Amino acid sequence: MDFALIGRIWPFFAEAAWVTIEVSMLAIILGLILGFAAALASLSRNVLLRWPARAYVSVFRGTPALIQLFLLYFGGPQIGINLGPFEAGVIGLGINIGAYMCETIRGAILSVDKGQTEAGRCLGLGQTQVMRRVILPQAARMMVRPLGVNAIALIKGSAIVSTISVLELSYTAHRYISSTYKPFEMFILASIFYLAIVTVFSFGVKKIDERVALES
Amino acid sequence: MGLDFSILPAYADILWQGTLWTIALTVLSMFFSLAGGVVFAVLQLSRHAIIRWPVAGFAWLFMGTPLLLQLFLIYFGLVQIGLDLNAFVAGVIALSLHFAVYNSEIIRSAIVAVDKGQYEAARSLGLSQFQAMRKAIVPQAVANVTPALGNMMIALLKESALVSVIGVMELTLSAQRAISDSFRPFEFYIAAGAIYYVLNLGLEQAVRVAERRSAQYR
Repeated sequence: MDFALIGRIWPFFAEAAWVTIEVSMLAIILGLILGFAAALASLSRNVLLRWPARAYVSVFRGTPALIQLFLLYFGGPQIGINLGPFEAGVIGLGINIGAYMCETIRGAILSVDKGQTEAGRCLGLGQTQVMRRVILPQAARMMVRPLGVNAIALIKGSAIVSTISVLELSYTAHRYISSTYKPFEMFILASIFYLAIVTVFSFGVKKIDERVALES
Repeated sequence: MGLDFSILPAYADILWQGTLWTIALTVLSMFFSLAGGVVFAVLQLSRHAIIRWPVAGFAWLFMGTPLLLQLFLIYFGLVQIGLDLNAFVAGVIALSLHFAVYNSEIIRSAIVAVDKGQYEAARSLGLSQFQAMRKAIVPQAVANVTPALGNMMIALLKESALVSVIGVMELTLSAQRAISDSFRPFEFYIAAGAIYYVLNLGLEQAVRVAERRSAQYR
């Protein structure tokens, strides 16, 4: 273990960790928006909403995230989509995790007892009102933790954006492995940052979960 | 530059070779990750802390870090300690270890979940210790773990694309080779994605059959 080397280069890893955090958080927000929209669409009775949502989930869960990212970043320019590495990374990861989050949110909504909808309707609430005031508050309680699991998978999965040269943790680790030939040290150094990010994030999810459980 | 999918057939051979390597990579890694998962699960259930702790520490490290990073560690790290493996072997090792850790969590909780009374009942019916394990405990544990392990195997197929970064000529890297020759990334990533999608559908079917078969023992 070359501690002198680690002592010298850890600030570069700290900087790269911020990029990992930025990419991940933006992708998680995009994923939540897409996941919610797709979940509501896939539960709709309108075929024009339901089918595109189902197709989205099936295609993006059925193919590797890496291929999706390459298609967007390298193939995008062919159809007029020109994105920088960071933007492509956020959008690529966000669209991918959105498909998984859609399934999580759909599952939580479906797990709310059907009697709740019927009761809401009987009390004179409209379809949208039932969803907004009766179903979603109850479903929210059940989706926080599984969405947290999706998000943590995304934080680790965000390593793939290093392949389109986003200067995040894994990219930095790879670069220093190539220049110093110290794979163990670089792995440990990058791992510390990943583990710290995941640990803090899990704690945040736990707090949100407790909050939501209290409110509903 | 517009899209032109008519060039794909000219590269059918390289994509087909890549598909075969992806299948080989996935099947081998599935096998070793399941075997490794059983071994890790048993070790983590050991009575001795000296066995339990290192395995738990390793699991914690591998569950908290990206597969890509583990791939770099194994590929470059083994070279450093004098084991110059080819990329395919390094890829199989990395995928197997990564998923073995996840599988072991699933297997461990399934073993613990089988009611102890089942074992006692089997023993009191005159079955030997081995028979009780073989005929009563294992079939029920297998039925409990099949859906979750199936999901892991489906994830493994998709994650196998990552080994392209260390130079394994599987489907993703084959598509990249075709792209560097034809300069048509969009068409080839669509083609590669379509092949992965079909492989994924096949695997999902296989997992569903396995689930149905094992469910009878529940």
